[in-house]
Amino acid sequence: MEELLSLAVKAVFVENLALSFFLGMCTFIAVSKKIATAIGLGISVMIVQALTVPVNNLILTYLLAPGALAWAGFENVDLTFLGLISYIGVIAALVQILEMVLDKYFPPLYNALGVFLPLITVNCAIMGGSLFMVERDYNFAEAATYGVSSGFGWALAIVAMAGVREKLKYSDIPDGLQGLGITFITAGLMAMAFMSFSGVKL
Amino acid sequence: MSQSSKDLILDPMVDNNPITLQVLGICSALAVTSSLQVSLVMAIAVTLVTGFSSMFISMIRNHIPGSIRIIVQMVIIASLVIMVDQILKAYAYEISKTLSVFVGLIITNCIVMGRAEAFAMKNPPVASFIDGVGNGLGYGLILMLVGFVRELFGAGSLFGVTILETVNNGGWYVPNGMLLLPPSAFFVIGLIIWAFRTWKKDQVEEREYKIQAVEEH
Repeated sequence: MEELLSLAVKAVFVENLALSFFLGMCTFIAVSKKIATAIGLGISVMIVQALTVPVNNLILTYLLAPGALAWAGFENVDLTFLGLISYIGVIAALVQILEMVLDKYFPPLYNALGVFLPLITVNCAIMGGSLFMVERDYNFAEAATYGVSSGFGWALAIVAMAGVREKLKYSDIPDGLQGLGITFITAGLMAMAFMSFSGVKL
Repeated sequence: MSQSSKDLILDPMVDNNPITLQVLGICSALAVTSSLQVSLVMAIAVTLVTGFSSMFISMIRNHIPGSIRIIVQMVIIASLVIMVDQILKAYAYEISKTLSVFVGLIITNCIVMGRAEAFAMKNPPVASFIDGVGNGLGYGLILMLVGFVRELFGAGSLFGVTILETVNNGGWYVPNGMLLLPPSAFFVIGLIIWAFRTWKKDQVEEREYKIQAVEEH
């Protein structure tokens, strides 16, 4: 239990997907103009991340890993090279299912998330989460914890960024730096702040 | 080369650069640029994947039903990325270790999807291929620029060859260690965007909120 907790804290702060691995940057920059939309997107990323990482973990353990197909009588089959295509398939399918479920049972949430849901399929943070899970050999419990907490870390980063940007629009910025340029530099400063967590040993 | 294909290549490099103007594919641009060699490999990989995925998608564009086109595009892109990944693992294992998850993340690189969706679905294969390569090169250009600055000033070398002799090795140059850390990539790209937009005034974004003094002048 303690290990899982430390994994979660690490995934939220020290190894924040957005600010120390730069995952999901496209959406991070594009959708962080308003706090309200940032919260909506953050929550949807969290939900999708919490679902996809454990599901991909199951797929890896029972279908793709070397010898995983022993239950079907193929002991020497190693399908790990099919990893990328299966993970993205799972992500796309889960996003689609989540969209349908939300549309049917939680219409207000569905309307609030709107266009962001389909966009999540191409959000590198989701894919990155699954790939990190593979690279670090997480077991199922670790994968589930990592999914939830890394999603939460990403949501935290984008909401903080949106907060900064809402204030930033009142400041006098050189013309060429207006918009995208200053956003990058702000993100850099935030990333430096988050780096200070890396000294925290758990 | 005809005029139009030349435009297709050159336009995304300067006037319509995927990173500085369209804000696409930034994730990997930031993460892999701490050395020039890795940036170069990444740039080549993305250019190839974008070019070929645009071409293949354009070839079958008239047969893809609209409702499942994203999945079809994903499958094509993912297959190409798996090929790149396997080739890197076989012939450049060290680099593939450094790139780690970022090779796989080419799948979700918005440039690839963006070009497939915006250009390849409406244009013939050859033009799509050239457009894909052009965008890949525009992306590569920024990647190399960032990699150049970060490696030269962060470690005093280029492609691993020492250019500025660092103090640790008895030279004169005190390396700026921050440039090797992740946040510096944000600063370098932000400054590149500033430089680009000072040069190309039409890319400057509108102010959302004008300060009184600015309006009076």
